[in-house]
Amino acid sequence: MTVAMLAEAWQAMGANRLRTFLTMLGMVIGVGAVILMLAVGQGAQQQVQASIASMGSNLFIVLSGSTTSGGLRMGGGAAPTLTMADAAAIEELPSVAAVAPSAPGTAQLVYGPNNWSTQVYGTTPSYLTVRDWKLAAGFPFTDSDIRSATRVALLGQTVVQNLFGDEDPVGKTLRIKNSPYVVLGVLAAKGQSLDGRDQDDTVIVPVTTAQRKLFGVQFAGTVRFMMVQAESADAMPAVEKAMNELLRQRHRIREGADNDFSVRNLTAVANTAAETAQVMSLMLGAIASVSLLVGGIGIMNIMLVSVTERTREIGIRMAIGARGRDILLQFLLEAIIISVIGCLIGVGLGVGSALAVNKFSGMAVVVTPWSIAMAFAVAAAVGIFFGWYPARKAAAMKPIDALRYQ
Amino acid sequence: MAEPVIRIASLHKEYETEAGPVPVLKEISVTVEPGEFLAIMGPSGSGKSTFMNILGCLDVATGGSYILNGRDVGTLNPDELAHLRNQVIGFVFQGFNLLPRANLEDNVGLPLIYRGVSHAERLTLAHDMLAKVGLGAYHKSRPNQISGGQQQRVAIARALVNQPKLILADEPTGNLDTATSKEIMALFAELNERDGITIVLVTHEPDIAACAHRLVRLADGRIIYDGPMAQAASQHLEATA
Repeated sequence: MTVAMLAEAWQAMGANRLRTFLTMLGMVIGVGAVILMLAVGQGAQQQVQASIASMGSNLFIVLSGSTTSGGLRMGGGAAPTLTMADAAAIEELPSVAAVAPSAPGTAQLVYGPNNWSTQVYGTTPSYLTVRDWKLAAGFPFTDSDIRSATRVALLGQTVVQNLFGDEDPVGKTLRIKNSPYVVLGVLAAKGQSLDGRDQDDTVIVPVTTAQRKLFGVQFAGTVRFMMVQAESADAMPAVEKAMNELLRQRHRIREGADNDFSVRNLTAVANTAAETAQVMSLMLGAIASVSLLVGGIGIMNIMLVSVTERTREIGIRMAIGARGRDILLQFLLEAIIISVIGCLIGVGLGVGSALAVNKFSGMAVVVTPWSIAMAFAVAAAVGIFFGWYPARKAAAMKPIDALRYQ
Repeated sequence: MAEPVIRIASLHKEYETEAGPVPVLKEISVTVEPGEFLAIMGPSGSGKSTFMNILGCLDVATGGSYILNGRDVGTLNPDELAHLRNQVIGFVFQGFNLLPRANLEDNVGLPLIYRGVSHAERLTLAHDMLAKVGLGAYHKSRPNQISGGQQQRVAIARALVNQPKLILADEPTGNLDTATSKEIMALFAELNERDGITIVLVTHEPDIAACAHRLVRLADGRIIYDGPMAQAASQHLEATA
């Protein structure tokens, strides 16, 4: 019986092709817009998530305090207040996964005829763990390199390209500030950070090497900042509190006096960025849904016209034995067929235009099966929702009134 | 004796208007036995259309009882009425009332859809019925491609397809010329005599009504004559003489 009804609905739609097509077009555009906007939003969201993942998870950055000399105030990290011993003490705190003290600086790199200025990080092997940074080639330096302050280096991809070109840098020797360093390994590409910096334009050396041989420090064993990774996101507040207490105690800061260091929660920043992207994505989807709604209203409009036009037909059908629910089903099916076919074409259009956007503008787009499934469910729901009222109106007609209708 | 197809007792019908209820049918009592061929006549406004609609379960009476094929119509809900229209009654209208978009076999098979008959069986039965009314070669035609007389034959085929006990024909020849009218009436007569189908016919043309065996004449919502056609015909002649 449903098959017969489907065939009839199909026939009814075929009777007025242009009108059916135009009604369908509302759905096509609505669904297409939703799919496209979700794809663009998801693409943006994924890019942000990739940047966040490249930063590392559950991270704190502990900066040493600022100094003032002769009225000239230096920025955060300038005062030599954080030491390697502080780092070792923080590592002993509960729920702390890893600590990577860092002594950064800028240095000129030379290899053969090429030279390149870049950020050099003096740090420990745990830096790679904390940043979740893999090696593309070679192997990392070890704690023994830290102890003996060996001249070894790990190179970022951008540095490799600028100094070595196609050559394999592992095992080669380059000069940093005119001293020779052996390249132990090459870092995997990480791409842009959230603020747009090229994270691959970097060199990592043992922290002790940086302190003693490369940059020199005012006081032995001081570092500018350290990265601290908590074991889990839940543990972060406790770790932050414990670190503050520990450092105040170690630095002998009196009750009520300001810290000579600062602790920043990087995850909070990242979460804000992720939330922004998600809100953007949702907003794009919401705007596109409006056109889906308009498409639905178009269906309802046409179905109402159709019910009025076919009043006599409804009367005939009732006279020969159609029940109210048969009439209801017939008109509902028509509305659903229009919206589902419109949805199918709309999915095609949406995916096609998303791919076109990606091809011609290079914008990241992600079409998830989830968004297609959702568009489909919404289209069916729109068909039922907006088809219901006209169908109900048709089914509620009295046979005698419908038959007499001219 | 078999159960009457129609048993109507003290039936009346009022329409609600702003000026209060207007009675259209008053104290109608009629019994129709299986195999009868009955004509209902009356001037415009006599209530014969309303009576027909009530007979066809398209409208409900205000009071009195109507028992169709053993079921008390007054107690049935709309779905049960639809079932009754589908299974017991076959309608033939003045305006044919075919679906213009559907071809003839689909038009004839339409009542079967609501009985849940499969597509293949629907086609077979529809073809049988079209052959029976002499339109076996027109399965795929559409109603606007054939003549009025042929359209009415299709409507009769549609009325017959569910093997009804009763055919209700409301001015079936009203839109047809005399020759075609005669053909249609001959078809009704054949269905009545050969297949024993009960036929109730509403018309205002005496020579069309003359095909029936029994006449019910309405005036002002009351039955003023109920008896054999032969007697009525002579009365009619007297009246016009």
